[in-house]
Amino acid sequence: MFKHILQRLGSTILLLLAVSFLTFWLMRATPGNFFDSLRLNPQISQEMVERYEKLYHLKDPLLVQYGHWLVNILHGEWGYSFYYNVPVTHVLGTRLFNTFILSFTSLLLTWSLAIPLGIWASLRANQWGDRLLSLFSFAALSVPGFFLAVLVLYIASLVGGLPLGGMHSPGYDEMSFFGKVWDTLLHLIIPASVLSLSSMASLQRIMRGNMLGVLRQQYILAARAKGLPENLVIYRHALRNAFNPLVTLLGYEFASLLSGAALVEIVCSWPGLGSLLLTAVRAKDIYLVMSSTLLAGVLLIVGNILADILLVLVDPRIRYEQ
Amino acid sequence: MNNSRISLAFKSFRQNRMAMICLWVLGLLYGLAIFADLISPYSYADEDRNFSYCPPTSIEFFDGPKIVPPFVYQKHLTFDAMHRRVFVVDRSQKYPLHFLRGGRLIQVDAPARLYLWGADARGRDLFSRICYGARISLSIGLIGVAISFIFGLLIGGMAGFYGGWIDGILMRVCEMFMMVPGFYLMLALRAAVPENFNSVQVYISVVLILALIGWASLARIIRGMTLSLRERDYVLAAKTFGVSDLGIICKHILPQTVSYSLATLMLSVSSYILAEAGLSMVGLGIQDPVPSWGNLLSNAMEIVPVIFAPWILLPGLFIFMAVMCFNVIGDALRDAFDPMFQD
Repeated sequence: MFKHILQRLGSTILLLLAVSFLTFWLMRATPGNFFDSLRLNPQISQEMVERYEKLYHLKDPLLVQYGHWLVNILHGEWGYSFYYNVPVTHVLGTRLFNTFILSFTSLLLTWSLAIPLGIWASLRANQWGDRLLSLFSFAALSVPGFFLAVLVLYIASLVGGLPLGGMHSPGYDEMSFFGKVWDTLLHLIIPASVLSLSSMASLQRIMRGNMLGVLRQQYILAARAKGLPENLVIYRHALRNAFNPLVTLLGYEFASLLSGAALVEIVCSWPGLGSLLLTAVRAKDIYLVMSSTLLAGVLLIVGNILADILLVLVDPRIRYEQ
Repeated sequence: MNNSRISLAFKSFRQNRMAMICLWVLGLLYGLAIFADLISPYSYADEDRNFSYCPPTSIEFFDGPKIVPPFVYQKHLTFDAMHRRVFVVDRSQKYPLHFLRGGRLIQVDAPARLYLWGADARGRDLFSRICYGARISLSIGLIGVAISFIFGLLIGGMAGFYGGWIDGILMRVCEMFMMVPGFYLMLALRAAVPENFNSVQVYISVVLILALIGWASLARIIRGMTLSLRERDYVLAAKTFGVSDLGIICKHILPQTVSYSLATLMLSVSSYILAEAGLSMVGLGIQDPVPSWGNLLSNAMEIVPVIFAPWILLPGLFIFMAVMCFNVIGDALRDAFDPMFQD
């Protein structure tokens, strides 16, 4: 188990290196960089620009530049955001936290609703309630998140009562602690529910399928035959076995939420990683792009490894060393 | 896998009512794209700034109690007491509809404009732009999937056939592409495309970006199938006859995977359509005068225009319809082919 995780870590570090080099090369291969716009700015002197270029080794060959970046990253020095004019870590920290709040809320929403719905549908397989739900799930899987976000924002603007985008109300700084939490929660409602809708639909379908598969097993028949009450059969014997395969999904879900959140973040003007990356790419803010891509990759790997560990913890049949 | 089995699968596909409806809807949408020049009343760039966000034009059939050939009224922009923009219908003059004139299905005479589904910010007809946008949005998915399918087939086939270190390296490369969150990779790749590209170049680069992101997952699926297929007796037979490796992969293994990949392919077309729409919506995909369903939505990203002119949400509905149809057809194809893959 431990060895398996170490192996995974080793190969993923190699992958991260490759991905970051790819991004670096792509960013540098394009004509123009952030300093071109700085040079055109009359308020900044030519010497200043050249000093910066020297400081960040932008005149050196590509591989040397990448090497410098890598060494700096390992020293905890993530580079400088030319667009925001602060170290990258300053911007990245708060944005990461915001994305995390959004993803975590929608993950919570998804799982707490999809699992009961999946169980409910499996117990009424092919009755009208189940059919209605599966039709709804199918539609929810196909509706693009960004379009749904726009649509919900439009409806919310007609109905009123919910904040339309952003993360805080104007008077946020003067609020009490609980006021701040409440305000953020209100702002979370639209983006979080939009994000969770499509993943909820797929999770519900998977849970329903798993449950139906388990209910066909012989041990369920045995449990029923020995006269256990139906509740016990479903919630103790069937549910636990139907739940196991879902644990692997949790890791992937975590990762895909991060990527899927980007567009919804942008539409709902939620100040997260996705909208940050968009700004960074547009401004050719190279270190910011590099760091946020790297961070997204790291989070994805962490999610997958966590899923592996969780799976071993819940299912004793799985062992990695043979 | 012989012909009767394939025809059996298609028979079961044809019995899926939902899938057949979706096939018809898709046909309709592609018809919109192919005949855009004929169906739409204006060209996609035909603008009239006086009609910015003009609401849909209603076609009149009655003149008093009498039924007359269809005509429209012109609208004028004025401001009400609250200084809000309102379009007032001018009933003093009727503008009859002309059918099949100048190569277009419906037209009206110059000062009046025909906005079947309203106008956008620059007074361009949304209906025409949706028709022309279908060309880009619906073709980008097909071309992108075709490219990544060829790559996926070759690389997945090679990895599965040779196994060993070739498999190891190829699959690590696949993982690399699957590991980075798709949207982030898309943005990073887009950053590498020069900004002064013309619309054709942008179109090609967007297709290539989407294909580059999408081939990896296809390659993994095909590798898995090849791994099981290469142990079959007929592959051994082909080997003993001295058929080259590439020949075996292309002639004997890949055709077996095609029917199953077809379902996966349909499902990935929808994700390509979504990706293009997302990229164009944030302004990094297809650029403005040329319409795609994605960049038609970019105005709708702010809430104020949507409140003024809710019809600018319509392109989103088209994206939804296309994605849903591809999903339903993909699911139905998989169900239809599934019994064949049991053996």
